[in-house]
Amino acid sequence: MNTLNTTVNKEATMPEETPIPVPEEKPAETLIEEGKTVGSPFSDDPKFKLRDVEVFYGDSPAIKKISLDIARNEVIAFIGPSGCGKSTFLRCLNRMNDSIDICRVKGELLLDDENIYDNKRDVVELRARVGMVFQKPNPFPKSIYENVAYGPRIHGLANRKSDLDDIVENSLRKAGLWNEVKDRLDATATGMSGGQQQRLCIARAIAVSPEVILMDEPCSALDPIATAKVEELIAEMSESYTIVIVTHSMQQAARVSHRTAYFHLGHLVEVNDTNTVFTAPEHELTESYITGRFG
Amino acid sequence: MPNKKDDMYGDHISHQFNEDLSNLKNDFLKMGGLVEQQTIDAVNALIDGDGHAADEIRARDKLVDKMEMELDEEATRLIARRQPAARDLRLVIAVIKMVSDLERVGDEAKKIAKFALTLSQEGQAPRGYVEVRHISTHVTTMLHDALDAFSRLDSVQALKIMREDKRVDEEYQAATRTLLTFMMEDSRNISRCMAVMWVLRALERVGDHACNLAENVIYMVEGEDVRHTPVEEAAKIVGP
Repeated sequence: MNTLNTTVNKEATMPEETPIPVPEEKPAETLIEEGKTVGSPFSDDPKFKLRDVEVFYGDSPAIKKISLDIARNEVIAFIGPSGCGKSTFLRCLNRMNDSIDICRVKGELLLDDENIYDNKRDVVELRARVGMVFQKPNPFPKSIYENVAYGPRIHGLANRKSDLDDIVENSLRKAGLWNEVKDRLDATATGMSGGQQQRLCIARAIAVSPEVILMDEPCSALDPIATAKVEELIAEMSESYTIVIVTHSMQQAARVSHRTAYFHLGHLVEVNDTNTVFTAPEHELTESYITGRFG
Repeated sequence: MPNKKDDMYGDHISHQFNEDLSNLKNDFLKMGGLVEQQTIDAVNALIDGDGHAADEIRARDKLVDKMEMELDEEATRLIARRQPAARDLRLVIAVIKMVSDLERVGDEAKKIAKFALTLSQEGQAPRGYVEVRHISTHVTTMLHDALDAFSRLDSVQALKIMREDKRVDEEYQAATRTLLTFMMEDSRNISRCMAVMWVLRALERVGDHACNLAENVIYMVEGEDVRHTPVEEAAKIVGP
């Protein structure tokens, strides 16, 4: 009996004394290889084809050789710590950076295989195709109706008042705002709540029938309910538009996007489908950022 | 910044988050240590014919059940309050799954203790105990190694445990054949041998649960689900 005892009764202690592996600490810069992005940055059906894109503010580089495809009708989220270049990169897509004198953009940026930075390109037409929604809602100090009608009118999209009315109604419907404002289209837009103003800005962007909508932290000034409404809208809009969204909220990226791109110090570190990024990211830096280890 | 004592779950900006994850890990290991001890004690009680010890094991199973519920609540709270992602998320999800494996190992130990009690009251010569001892050593080692692999995030060791499972199955079949021989030799052995057979079956299940733990450790470390995957496929994921 005793012999049986000793054989069976091996130590059943908690394995707590065992050494625990510690990931070797390396400075973030050494983990990045210039121009190299892990995951799947390319697409078979790109709306935007971006190759070796570099952006400089004066002499200092803000974006370092980024190559990326943005697929048709996808929602892609750009995430990364402050100053990583995600907004700068977003603003290249409809040449919003042109307004900054010291900003230079290099590389190949194609929208439907046409060069965005071609000298002959009409920037107004480009921005009608690639609309933008900003962080702070910025309606014009005019009526709700005028805010939406302004774009179609200057682009000559409607010849008659009734056509314009249709565009305004459709845009407000798509932005999920129609039922809230249909009885007060003449009221001033600045009197609306923040969430309504932001959806009005989305309606204004939709009104000129864009193909792409760029969103630069569209919900950071909104409360959770208004945020949920905008996110719901993004999901609906992805059927007809390509959407690029910059966000500081990782949960928002996880909720709304199909693919997620992680930026770090001007590099595009990883692009993967959103499920992969939030369950098993490939790159160490992506992992550290989304798990709240820095950022 | 992490020092050598911190593990890979310990370097969040939020200290409270670090603590929550480390508590979850430690509580899981505590529960693992308890069910491992329960299994070993149950087999000892059987072999020693110690009915008193068997009673104690059955009473202690309540503690296992309590720990299961506490760990589940801890994990739920962590998800609700911290929204863990990537490796943190995989840790929480893996713990939720592994906790039910541990609870079932506890149930198997309880089952063995029940047979220990019955057999101790009959008080006959032990038949098939050599096999019981052999398999129990094997599966409790697997269980111990699985907890160790969890603690050290060692997917290579976890893979070894997956490979062991096949050997346990073979040993179980061999033991079954031996017991069948005893039964055929003398039909008075049958009821007793059937009881031992149930114990062997319980131990074989412990091996299966250890194997499930190992699969979850690989998921935690590598981010790939290797359940229902041939061991050789899993080996490719774990790498050399």
